Amino acid sequence: MKPNDVILHTVTKLASVIIFAFSIHLFMAGHHQPGGGFIGGLTTTAGIILLFLAFDIETIRKNLPIDYKMLAALGVLISVLTGVGGLVLGEAFLEQMFDYIDVPLFGNVELATAVLFDIGVAFAVIGTSVSIILSISEDDL
Amino acid sequence: MSFLHFIVLMPFLATILIPFLYKKWGHRIHTGWFVVFVPLTIFISLLLYLPEISNGNFIATSMPWIPSLGINLDIYLDGLALMFALIISGIGVLVVIYSIFYMSKEREALHNFYIYLLLFMGAMLGLVISDNVLALYTVWELTSISSFLLIAYWYERKKSRAGALKAMLITVFGGLMMLAGLIMLAMISDTYSIREMIASVNVIQDSYLFIPAMILLLLGAFTKSAQFPFSIWLPDAMEAPTPISAYLHSATMVKAGIYLVARMTPIFGGHSLWFWLVAGIGLLTLLYGSLRAVRQTDLKALLAFSTISQLGLIMSLLGVGSAAYYFSGGEQQELYALALFAALFHLFNHSTFKGALFMVVGIIDLESGTRDIRRLGGLMAIMPVTFTIAVIGSLSMAGLPPFNGFLSKEMFFTGMLQAAEVNMFTLEGFTILFPIIAWVASVFTFIYCFILLFKPFFGSLRLDQLPKKKVREAPLGMLVPPSILAILVVVIFFLPNVLSDSLLKPALLSIGPFTSLNEIPFEITAWHGWNTEIYMTIGVIVVGLLLFFMVKNWNSILRIYPDNLSLNSLYNSGIEKMESSSSSFTNFYMTGSIRHYIMYILIAFVGILATAVISLDSVSFNLNFKANVSIYDVSILAAMVVAAFMTLLTKNRITAIVSLGAVGYLMVMVYVIFRAPDLALTQMVVETATTVLFLLCFYHLPKFGKRIEKLPFKLTNFLVAISVGLTFTVLTLIATNHKLYHSISSYFENAYELAGAKNIVNAILVDFRGFDTMMEIAVLLIAGLGVFTLIKLRSKDGDNNETK
Repeated sequence: MKPNDVILHTVTKLASVIIFAFSIHLFMAGHHQPGGGFIGGLTTTAGIILLFLAFDIETIRKNLPIDYKMLAALGVLISVLTGVGGLVLGEAFLEQMFDYIDVPLFGNVELATAVLFDIGVAFAVIGTSVSIILSISEDDL
Repeated sequence: MSFLHFIVLMPFLATILIPFLYKKWGHRIHTGWFVVFVPLTIFISLLLYLPEISNGNFIATSMPWIPSLGINLDIYLDGLALMFALIISGIGVLVVIYSIFYMSKEREALHNFYIYLLLFMGAMLGLVISDNVLALYTVWELTSISSFLLIAYWYERKKSRAGALKAMLITVFGGLMMLAGLIMLAMISDTYSIREMIASVNVIQDSYLFIPAMILLLLGAFTKSAQFPFSIWLPDAMEAPTPISAYLHSATMVKAGIYLVARMTPIFGGHSLWFWLVAGIGLLTLLYGSLRAVRQTDLKALLAFSTISQLGLIMSLLGVGSAAYYFSGGEQQELYALALFAALFHLFNHSTFKGALFMVVGIIDLESGTRDIRRLGGLMAIMPVTFTIAVIGSLSMAGLPPFNGFLSKEMFFTGMLQAAEVNMFTLEGFTILFPIIAWVASVFTFIYCFILLFKPFFGSLRLDQLPKKKVREAPLGMLVPPSILAILVVVIFFLPNVLSDSLLKPALLSIGPFTSLNEIPFEITAWHGWNTEIYMTIGVIVVGLLLFFMVKNWNSILRIYPDNLSLNSLYNSGIEKMESSSSSFTNFYMTGSIRHYIMYILIAFVGILATAVISLDSVSFNLNFKANVSIYDVSILAAMVVAAFMTLLTKNRITAIVSLGAVGYLMVMVYVIFRAPDLALTQMVVETATTVLFLLCFYHLPKFGKRIEKLPFKLTNFLVAISVGLTFTVLTLIATNHKLYHSISSYFENAYELAGAKNIVNAILVDFRGFDTMMEIAVLLIAGLGVFTLIKLRSKDGDNNETK
């Protein structure tokens, strides 16, 4: 008999939004405040795992059709490519650049290639940790 | 590259062609017919150099090999080198011709045979004409390797493999020792050239490395030339095909050590240790070989021991002759130099008659099917030519006229009598033994020569005892090579001075203390008048004949000597003990238990670090920290200690996991109060994940044997753990108190200007040291893929195994 998890489901639906928002905040804040790609990726993973725990794996897979192994590989690829970008521009490998640009609606915004690198880190962390947990949980031990 | 280089390289080049020739024509024409042109060409080309060398000149040419290190293929062709090279190529021709008739075209893998043989020939030629010591060592080892291949030519036989292995181990051991000696010489004299070493002999003799270099070089020479006690490989090497035994193990390779000693005599000669070692070991080998040879029942084994004995004879002459360097001119020097001359003469003679004798034994073996002297007999009437050659060879070896062995034996006695008068080195009294040992050994040499001659050829023919029913004379092709050698044996007796003037004197010039050919006064004459030497020879003949005919009466005395005290059994038990003790040693510490290995690692850590700290006398630190210790620090530390002890002392694994988690979360607090927010965040999440994983592992522990019990106390573990903890605590305290440089962290404080980021930690991670982060996420990815692969593939495999 399947237990009735209404409360858990409802709380999860609300909490996961907050968790994802917090992770994005941690990620974005990383440049100037505590946070960054690694911790942002880990908290995102925590949100995804909460979803897995509350609902079942199949449902989440259907609604979040992500291949986490591909995501991890993509993350590493992005990080390496930002390094190659420095090479293309005649700089050293992994040379990071930043500048302040006036963007309509947002005003003066700092754009840094380091953020791209951090996106790679976050993707790698999310992909790896979720795929580890998925492969363990799917295994009939 | 000069013509001489081409000559040396020719055998190697020919080896490339052999397989093609063998494949194309091997089944119609014996491959040996192609091969024979190689040594023939070399022999003729070398003969062309003879006139110039005979005039006392030398030829030196060089070819760069590794010029930046001073290693070049330098060729130095003087009298000694030419004499050896002529022996090598000349007997090479004869052996190849002999092998054409000895080795069956249909049954044998002839391409292998001739490739190994040519490799050996090239290496040996390179050895004798090389001036560079490292090039010399290279070809020296190549002779060992090709000899190894040739001994094990019939590799399906166990004895061949065992003999080859033994020869390899002993000669390579000596070769490596020699390399060390040569390097020492090169270090002292700062050159790799033997000629330049000889030129700077004074520097070498004053060096503290002089004695070590001498001993190491002699080890190399003694192992190669089968001197006592390294002679044991030679009798076992008789498993090789007989042409190989004739070529390598009587005429050429075993003389490489002799060559080395002769070549190095100008450097080491005149030193008492050299004199005693070379002459003493030579005489010991002479006696040992001749005594052992008398006991043998196998013809090849008899010849092997006789080779050992004769090599000892040559070696002892070289040792006595080295005393010539002690004097500067005068009659004394001349008398000792005569010993060197005798050594060279006997070396040449030995190559001729021993080669012939081996070929004779090969003929007997092939035609009758056995080499056992207890089954052979009465072959004289069936094999008249073979018998004639055997008479010439063995009587020459015994030292009887009218054969060349007589001449060199007389000179040997002269040299040994001269050695008895040695009074310039320490231990003078012992030199009186020299002529006595020489004489006794000669008597036994005489006896085994007669055994070799009488047992197979005289007596009655017992056809029923022989494996082959129809015994007949060998084909002409097998008889020609030993006949040529036998003719040489006789010719040299009648015309010794032709050989002496053209070859021996130039050779003596390169090893003796002479500056020109005109200074060498020696003439070889068969008759010196009634002197001590001739009485000694007559004594040898009389006593030898008496003992030979009464051999049954005293032979048993030699058999009393127990076999398990022989050098062979010492060698065998030594090898066995080495194997068993090394395997028991390995089993002792490679227990297979990871716990032990971790123990070794930790003990090594502590041992090295603690001794380093204590021996450098650097245990100094003060506990007056600048920072204030707050109540938070102390209480977190106390909580951590409690949690850690809980982990250790609890009975329950769940408790251990949870208390380990507690340590992790306390670590988060440490990060918080030491103001590392990024670390604290990460540590908290990671700690959670690892605790969950631990719980997962715990849940899946097998039900069987899952006893809940306390960790048992082990004193060794406790001590190791305590010492590791102490060592690293002390090291940390020392290190934090000895900051040699200022921290570079001030640079990173400009993170906002340099990287546009106010978070220094993140700026370091993604910008300043982004490369590390990139690699770390790669590590993470690999770990994730690893978990995925392990779980997915394992479960499939597990199913398969279960269904099986």
